[in-house]
Amino acid sequence: MVGRILAATVAAVITVAAANAAEAPRPPGQKWSFGEIFGTYDRNALRRGLTVYTSVCGACHSLDLVAYRHLGGVDYTEDQIKAIAAEFEVEDGPDEDGEMFTRTALPADTFAAPFPNVQAARAANGGTYPPDLSLITKARKRGADYLYALLTEYRDEAPEGFELLDGMYYNEYFPGHQIAMPTPLFEGSVEYTDGTEATVAQMAWDVTTFLAWAAEPEMEERKRLGIKVLIFVLVLTAMLYALKRQIWSRLH
Amino acid sequence: MSQPTWKNPIVAWIDYRLPVFTFAHHELVDYPTPRNLNYWWNFGSLAGVMLVILIVTGVFLAMHYTPHTDYAFASVERIMRDVNYGWLIRYLHMNGGSIFFLVVYIHLFRGLYYGSYKAPREVLWIIGVVIIFCMMATAFMGYVLPWGQMSFWAATVITNLFSAVPLFGEEIVNWLWGGFSVANPTLNRFYALHFLLPFVIFALVFVHLWALHVHKSNNPLGVEMTGDSDSIPFHPYYTIKDAFGLGVLFLVYFAFTFFAPNFFLEPDNYIEANPLVTPTHILPEWYLMPFYAILRAITFDIWFISAKLIGVIAMFASIAVLFLLPWLDTSPVRSATFRPVFKQFFWILVIDCVVLGYVGANPPEGWFIPLGQIATAYYFIHFLVLIPLIGFLERPRAVPDSIASAITAGTNPGVEQS
Ligand code: HEC
Ligand code: HEM
Repeated sequence: MVGRILAATVAAVITVAAANAAEAPRPPGQKWSFGEIFGTYDRNALRRGLTVYTSVCGACHSLDLVAYRHLGGVDYTEDQIKAIAAEFEVEDGPDEDGEMFTRTALPADTFAAPFPNVQAARAANGGTYPPDLSLITKARKRGADYLYALLTEYRDEAPEGFELLDGMYYNEYFPGHQIAMPTPLFEGSVEYTDGTEATVAQMAWDVTTFLAWAAEPEMEERKRLGIKVLIFVLVLTAMLYALKRQIWSRLH
Repeated sequence: MSQPTWKNPIVAWIDYRLPVFTFAHHELVDYPTPRNLNYWWNFGSLAGVMLVILIVTGVFLAMHYTPHTDYAFASVERIMRDVNYGWLIRYLHMNGGSIFFLVVYIHLFRGLYYGSYKAPREVLWIIGVVIIFCMMATAFMGYVLPWGQMSFWAATVITNLFSAVPLFGEEIVNWLWGGFSVANPTLNRFYALHFLLPFVIFALVFVHLWALHVHKSNNPLGVEMTGDSDSIPFHPYYTIKDAFGLGVLFLVYFAFTFFAPNFFLEPDNYIEANPLVTPTHILPEWYLMPFYAILRAITFDIWFISAKLIGVIAMFASIAVLFLLPWLDTSPVRSATFRPVFKQFFWILVIDCVVLGYVGANPPEGWFIPLGQIATAYYFIHFLVLIPLIGFLERPRAVPDSIASAITAGTNPGVEQS
């Protein structure tokens, strides 16, 4: 136990030190459907992205702040949401006998987490904790571009002279370049039901769209309301200006 | 000034016993205001509106927020995701803080430029400085509440400063924390104070306005109003002008709130606080950057006083020096309009503050260290050396006898062209 904590601490210190040592390059900017002022989440990409998350990333990363019912905000029907939730088991309880039990997930549950706690997650990942992904695109500078670059720019081998630690992988865009996450996406990692070819770039694109939604589910409503508010204030301000000129003209 | 007669019998009944209506009429309608105020005079009322918005949105946030280290982060996300229009309330509050500071800084520099701190407005000015001080404390503690990485580490860095106090440093820090590190008791007390201080600010604003209404507004010419020809009633002239200004401010404020709500925030604050992982750069919000730069500028001990303690003293002194300004400025002329030399140095000070902000936003390495030191030194030199000297040495331009005479002569550079 003590050994494991020590190993985890050492790994954490190394990651932090490495992050200090080398700044990662700026990820190239992408044209996201949600990037522009009036942009919305591309529903097809988002749906495919959910598949990528549940069948790949969800094996290691939790999504604690997102509930299945939130999918209603991006046009999933109630039945679809029930069906998605039903694929997962969550722990509940205690029941009348004081026992914890597992049951099928319901729309009101948050996405079922792969590990019961941080320690278990660390233990299964060589001492490094796979962070919760609910806010990942907001929690990094240029989050969506960064995530896409992170997922697509794994190298099989570290460049000449770069000392890669045991159990670490080389990634161009991760600060310090040493990442404990093994290459997550391979050609055909998932099978898309809409016939889209599951290239690495495609899956990275789709899961980024999905996670951008997970981080900012209010974005579409925010922009829609924002336009109305700004137009209203603009017209009001113009009228106030006209009134102001009229009132002040009395002085001359 | 006429005594209003109230036609509505209920209003008249109340006013006879408690003359609130007469008071409001005198202070908000009839209130004589210089006729030549420019748009820089809008920022005081804008600050008042921002304070009210922050209090209202803050109270609604408080209804859903949980001040516990285990739940704070999640409760803020719950506000964002599950509370009806919670995202709007939070983003209005978050960006409202930045806009409030922006407005108040402009308001303050307006005062510096037009010499509004000079007699007989010293007390008005001093209350203003107290307000800014309380705002900083409020905003700092608010930043801690969402319990993200920056929240936690900013709280740790700033509270740790008090350990520089000689002899009792450690005791003071433990007392502030309510324990031996930034933890749940710290979050609890910061929340209580973050809730309380805005109301203290509100009361201070009231006294600020009271002092204002004794000698009335300064103006771009910096000469006192002498009679009716110099003034116009506050209503309708300045009510409509303030309303228009508010519309413009709202355009800016809402553009950020709806379209770039996290523009002012460090991404790290969307990672839950973790005492075991120190972020690479610990940063306060932009409006505290200049003070952060001053704090870190001192890298050397002086005699037996540690660098840390001098940094803390310098940081507090950078605000406290403003208290002395009315007596440091030796010039009999208020407005920079008639002070050719002072005007140049005013703009240099503005640039100096921007440089300090830039240094504060960057890690204290390489050439940022000397740059921060020069900018810090210049800041104090401006107030303690240049301001008194310029007052003696400068030959001001001829000041007009009155606002009205300047307007008829067509030499009033600040006059409103409507
Ligand atoms: C085998 C387990 C595993 C899988 C599958 C996995 N990850 Fe990770 N991931 C990790 C671990 C472990 C880390 C921590 C890496 C570190 O800090 O060095 C991590 C870190 C990350 C990070 C944080 C990088 C940073 O900037 O700190 C992101 C983002 C991420 N993963 C996204 C994904 C996505 C998207 C998927 C699905 C396509 C995925 N991961 C699949 C284990 C996994
Ligand atoms: C002087 C006025 C105020 C200022 C400058 C101010 C500033 C701030 C700031 C900077 C934050 C952090 C925002 C974030 O990163 O999320 C915050 C959060 C918060 N404030 Fe205020 N605030 C003010 C008034 C109030 C009032 C009056 C209340 C309640 C009565 C309040 C309640 C809260 C709550 C509950 C939070 C945490 C939720 C959150 O982080 O969004 N605030 N405040």
